[in-house]
Amino acid sequence: MENKTSMTGASILWECLEREGVKTVFGYPGGAILPAYDALKGSKIHHILVRHEQGATHMADGYARASGKVGVAVATSGPGATNMVTGIATAMLDSSPIVCITGQVGSKLIGSDAFQETDITGVTLPITKHNYLVTHASEVARTIREAFYVARSGRPGPVLVDITKDAQQTTCDFDWEAAKPQLPGYRPDLSPERKEYEQALELIRNSKRPVILAGHGIIISGAMAEVREFAEKAGIPVALTLLGLGAFPASHPLNLGMMGMHGEAWVNHTIQEADLLLAFGMRFDDRVTGNLKTYASNAKKIHIEIDPAEINKNVKVDVPLVGDLREVLHQLLPHVETIDRSEWLDSIDQLKGDAAVRDIQNLPDSGHLYAAHVINDLWRETRDGETVVVTDVGQHQMWEAQYYKHEKARSLITSGGLGTMGFALPAAIGAKVARPEAEVWVVAGDGGFQMTLCELATIVQEKLKVNIAIINNGFLGMVRQWQEFFYERNYAATPLLNPDFAKLGEAYGIRSMTVTERSQVVPSVQAARQHDGPVLINFRVEQEDTVYPMVAAGASLHEMIRRPSKIVETADDE
Amino acid sequence: MLNTYVVYVENKPGVLTRVASLFRRRAFNIDSLTVGRTEKPEVSRMTITVDADHDQARRIEANLYKLVNVLLVENITTEPAIVRDLAMIKVAATHEARSHVLELASVFRARVVDVAPDSLTIEITGGEDKIDGLLEVLRPYGVLEMVRTGIVAMRRGKSSAPVSTTNNTDHDVAEEDVSHSV
Ligand SMILES: Cc1cc2nc3c(=O)[nH]c(=O)nc-3n(C[C@H](O)[C@H](O)[C@H](O)COP(=O)(O)OP(=O)(O)OC[C@H]3O[C@@H](n4cnc5c(N)ncnc54)[C@H](O)[C@@H]3O)c2cc1C
Ligand SMILES: Cc1ncc(C[n+]2csc(CCOP(=O)(O)OP(=O)(O)O)c2C)c(N)n1
Ligand SMILES: [Mg+2]
Repeated sequence: MENKTSMTGASILWECLEREGVKTVFGYPGGAILPAYDALKGSKIHHILVRHEQGATHMADGYARASGKVGVAVATSGPGATNMVTGIATAMLDSSPIVCITGQVGSKLIGSDAFQETDITGVTLPITKHNYLVTHASEVARTIREAFYVARSGRPGPVLVDITKDAQQTTCDFDWEAAKPQLPGYRPDLSPERKEYEQALELIRNSKRPVILAGHGIIISGAMAEVREFAEKAGIPVALTLLGLGAFPASHPLNLGMMGMHGEAWVNHTIQEADLLLAFGMRFDDRVTGNLKTYASNAKKIHIEIDPAEINKNVKVDVPLVGDLREVLHQLLPHVETIDRSEWLDSIDQLKGDAAVRDIQNLPDSGHLYAAHVINDLWRETRDGETVVVTDVGQHQMWEAQYYKHEKARSLITSGGLGTMGFALPAAIGAKVARPEAEVWVVAGDGGFQMTLCELATIVQEKLKVNIAIINNGFLGMVRQWQEFFYERNYAATPLLNPDFAKLGEAYGIRSMTVTERSQVVPSVQAARQHDGPVLINFRVEQEDTVYPMVAAGASLHEMIRRPSKIVETADDE
Repeated sequence: MLNTYVVYVENKPGVLTRVASLFRRRAFNIDSLTVGRTEKPEVSRMTITVDADHDQARRIEANLYKLVNVLLVENITTEPAIVRDLAMIKVAATHEARSHVLELASVFRARVVDVAPDSLTIEITGGEDKIDGLLEVLRPYGVLEMVRTGIVAMRRGKSSAPVSTTNNTDHDVAEEDVSHSV
């Protein structure tokens, strides 16, 4: 379509989305976005009707995290738009590229408190990478192109485009070529200076106890192969953030595991003893560092990071390398020397050996079903396939991170920065849509699952094969754990009276079962995998189990609360 | 330490809110912010002063650049610069005091812009110190009203790096080249 064509703003919208490569959008209609919905019939784009706009944003987010492509969510003005806020904030904190399109009241009514008018660009200003209010059909094309470009380039993030009803309805000339992005101030492509490369190489050369801190930026940058080559060539062990899991294979001999608040003890000790930290696309979140005053105090720090505003934000670094991780590693790799660091690696192995005895996997079977067992069995059953696990937020999320061994990037999707309960089920829908060939599992707590469970209907309506494991401990477990440790076991507002999840699943037409013993875990997972529709498994696990180790908020990274070697018997589940 | 930034932004609706909101969101306290037109109609220019240590100052700059509509940021705190503030001061000036006030104004090279039976309004332009100085000496006569614009600043001599308002995203932004083109 080279020549100008006269089209409505609504048709231009869908046309531009198609040209941006969008195949599916997640949305929910309403008055102010109706012109756009009316024009949908002329488009090849598949629209998935969600049950709540928050779900649409998490689906777009899950889609983006599973594929690396921009996910799209659509909603009407007012309540439709405000329902998106949690999903937008979630995508913002985890640097996930989504574009949210909202209808807005007619441009003449803006500012008049018209029916369902909300200043959504104002509301989302601090939680979007950028946002737009479009009041003319002629601005639609350029804005959509800019929105996609901004969302996925540099440090990715959510972009919201609010389009007034009249901008959707009126007609104008459409010319894709002429609607090129115009972003004179936007510079996503930075690169380090030569001097900084040299300083970094010098630090690496002189280091005896280096550790790579592998973060989400590796996956965003697509630098998995480069990181692996780097680690192998230089003989440097790799610790991962929660969002970095999968960026480096769990089974690799140099892999240490997850760092931070619920990281493995040996990982945190290794970081505290290191003389050099190489931060690859991670932002030193407070759950990663613990007390900043005592964090890796003997280590020099190299920070490879695309966002200059992250440099020296939490941790003061010696050498910042600001740029795309993959590019930066390409520059560094030829100059990285192979150095024998076996002494350092052996000392880490020692720490590992000491910690392993406290692993719940090695404790005698007490007849109780532990979440860790469920996760571990799920991993054993699904490890060979292309599996994507989407977790919610809480204890089960941490157990998944500890006991599911992720080998590949984009095999774990979870809300890290915002910690949004209710994320898993909708995000899994997005992941399944992005990668229909993958086996998608939701691992959610009984609390968080109930925040967005309405999307079970979306799964059924769209005939998606998504398996759901509810880790049902009858508690807002993670909060209960804090109460146990820090509030004298005053379990205020954390016990849950739950519905029968299996019956609930059945009500939606989803095959469902309840599992209460370890021996039933594997058969239930196998049954779920064999069934050709979605399956929900309600795992009734130990109620007062605790995630270990734990670095209490504000404590130093090496001061961990460890699992007592004897598990305390608790009241019977049920 | 008080840092002075000159910030060039696209002249578009809402940009001022984005800048102001950034300072609020990152808990940096703006001391003064002025905004106005420049020689280019599509560009506005802000002068922002904010109290920040060295590290914070660098992060403020990086965060300003994260705003898509920000074109150029210069921290001119340590550079030779012309810094001007404008104030209008209404002073109680009865018969006897009038000549004293007029005298003080002329010492400070300020102008009288309004004369009323019992007050004078003085306009003064200059660095903040100069204006503070005039205020100090006028206070005993009774300052009835005062307004200051907040500072505007310009580097001496060489001009700022040219502000590019041309598109820098001309290269095709196809999906493939995105994940590693940045
Ligand atoms: C209950 C709970 C417990 C948690 N416990 C832990 C824990 O024990 N351990 C843990 O690690 N986390 C934990 N988290 C998660 C934590 O809050 C953070 O979300 C996480 O640590 C962030 O990881 P990250 O820095 O790798 O990713 P992000 O926050 O996504 O940061 C990625 C960084 O990479 C940069 N980047 C992006 N693209 C590129 C590129 N192309 N090149 C270079 N850089 C790039 C970005 O600018 C950003 O700075 C927990 C979360 C919850 C909810
Ligand atoms: C939307 C939202 N509200 C509150 C919280 C605080 N929070 C963090 S974990 C948690 C408990 C989660 O309970 P559940 O989903 O049952 O998972 P469990 O910890 O028991 O595995 C709560 C309430 C949150 N993260 N998100
Ligand atoms: Mg629970």
